[in-house]
Amino acid sequence: MNSTVSTPPPRVYRHRLPVRVMHWINVVCLTILLMSGLGIFNAHPALYWGQGSSFDKPLAAITAVQGQGGLTGVTRIAGHQFTTDGVLGRSRVGDDEASSVRAFPSWATIPGRQSLATARHWHFFFAWLFVVNGIAYVLYALVSGHLSRDLLPTRDELRRIGTSIKDHLLFRHPTGAAAQRYNVLQNLAYLVVIFGLLPLVIVAGMAMSPRLDAVIPGWVEWLGGRQSARTLHFLAATGLLLFVLVHLFEVAISGAWNQVRSMVTGYYTPPVDKDAA
Amino acid sequence: MNPKRTIKSGHARPAPSRRTALRTALASAGTLALAGCDRLSRSEPFVEALKSAQHLSHAAHRVVAGRQAMAQEFSEADIAAHFKANGTLVPADADYQALMQSGFKDWKLEVGGLVETPTAFSLAELRAMPSRTQITRHDCVEGWSTIGKWKGVQLSRLLEQVKPLAQAKYVVFRCADSMDGPSLDGRDSRYYESVDLDDAYHVQTVLAYELNDKPLPVNNGAPLRVRIERQLGYKHAKYLMKIELVESFAAIRDGKGGYWEDNGYEWYAGI
Repeated sequence: MNSTVSTPPPRVYRHRLPVRVMHWINVVCLTILLMSGLGIFNAHPALYWGQGSSFDKPLAAITAVQGQGGLTGVTRIAGHQFTTDGVLGRSRVGDDEASSVRAFPSWATIPGRQSLATARHWHFFFAWLFVVNGIAYVLYALVSGHLSRDLLPTRDELRRIGTSIKDHLLFRHPTGAAAQRYNVLQNLAYLVVIFGLLPLVIVAGMAMSPRLDAVIPGWVEWLGGRQSARTLHFLAATGLLLFVLVHLFEVAISGAWNQVRSMVTGYYTPPVDKDAA
Repeated sequence: MNPKRTIKSGHARPAPSRRTALRTALASAGTLALAGCDRLSRSEPFVEALKSAQHLSHAAHRVVAGRQAMAQEFSEADIAAHFKANGTLVPADADYQALMQSGFKDWKLEVGGLVETPTAFSLAELRAMPSRTQITRHDCVEGWSTIGKWKGVQLSRLLEQVKPLAQAKYVVFRCADSMDGPSLDGRDSRYYESVDLDDAYHVQTVLAYELNDKPLPVNNGAPLRVRIERQLGYKHAKYLMKIELVESFAAIRDGKGGYWEDNGYEWYAGI
């Protein structure tokens, strides 16, 4: 190895306890919400725009079509059809020999076997926990200074966003003191998620409730109507899933053990700058 | 270039084995978690605990969308060309078939239970009462929506006539259609539903006999279906035969307050 460091590198206290606890509550909630959400979606695997469902021309649909060799799972998006057999439209459930017609496969849904009622119970219970946790986080971030100190990028960091993009593309990670701060792209990703995707997913979810629609009759139209709200809820959830995948990727390539440990114990060992060492 | 390799050399174990361990741990945790979720989904106490969130939702909804808050109403232009029918499309039950053959001439809606004056209403009598017409969106628990125009008599008008007793807390709707086929091994599977008095007396809670300016089609619940506009479609019972005021629905069938409720769905369908 190329290191000549003889003393253990200094550790820094990076994540405070409330942030760590709320992070792991989020992990549990978001996983369950995404997977039970797909279970709910499977009950009517089509998306529309507007107040009502235009059943004959959905924006997107996952279904199974009868062909010569039997049923094939397909996904249709804006008039284009893709064969997605084995994953979307038709897939095997557990150890079943035969495939079942179902939009999302059982490994992506909670519960695995299709049950709209049970998926709804999971979804709404954890939605409460998720929203309460989210509100607690935003309040904490405001009061503790986490927002202004850690989440908001400085003017200087924003000016050097080009460098940060280049570093990300080259999988170059900050070292030393720079590694103790969130980098500017990380800042922007967190802000988009916290103040963009999460409020959207929650509001669009609420817009699907017929009782909440009665709070101010017609407010659902701000989102384009109830079916639009359902589509936006799905898209925002997709955005959250993409964020999670990129987040996990970044954790994996920037010293997974160090990163995961710092979110458990709070202590992070900043990578040492090779040139300085 | 691999800067992170320099980090851990001061520690006892090399990074790759840690990484492998981490990966294995994460993978097995994922598999275990999935299996765990499925096992929990089959545990009745656990599902009941999850389901209890409906009480929190119901209470919160009552606070933000008051008891009398109105569901959105639409214009003629918003009406769907075809109002999708779901659930029973034509009840196979012999008594319903007989009523249908005679154009529901002999059909009567019984209103009873915890009331001062139990009364039976013919379709003609209901049509003669003051009516309400509303264009509303029907939201199915499955996720789809469709907009239709309903005309009928407000449930509150019938309740004023029969005078519920003080202990009445819920209104139970009894329907003609057997969901599991008529008298399958003698078990009653006829559709039923229930709502609290907030929804029963709500302005938009209508016993509808017309859909889109035509007599209610059999597919959509002829001769009469209830509209509970601030809840999902399964609350809007079709093929109404009897309305019963009760103090509790615990003794009715499986005790959950409705056919789908007995099959695992929430009693409060405002989400």
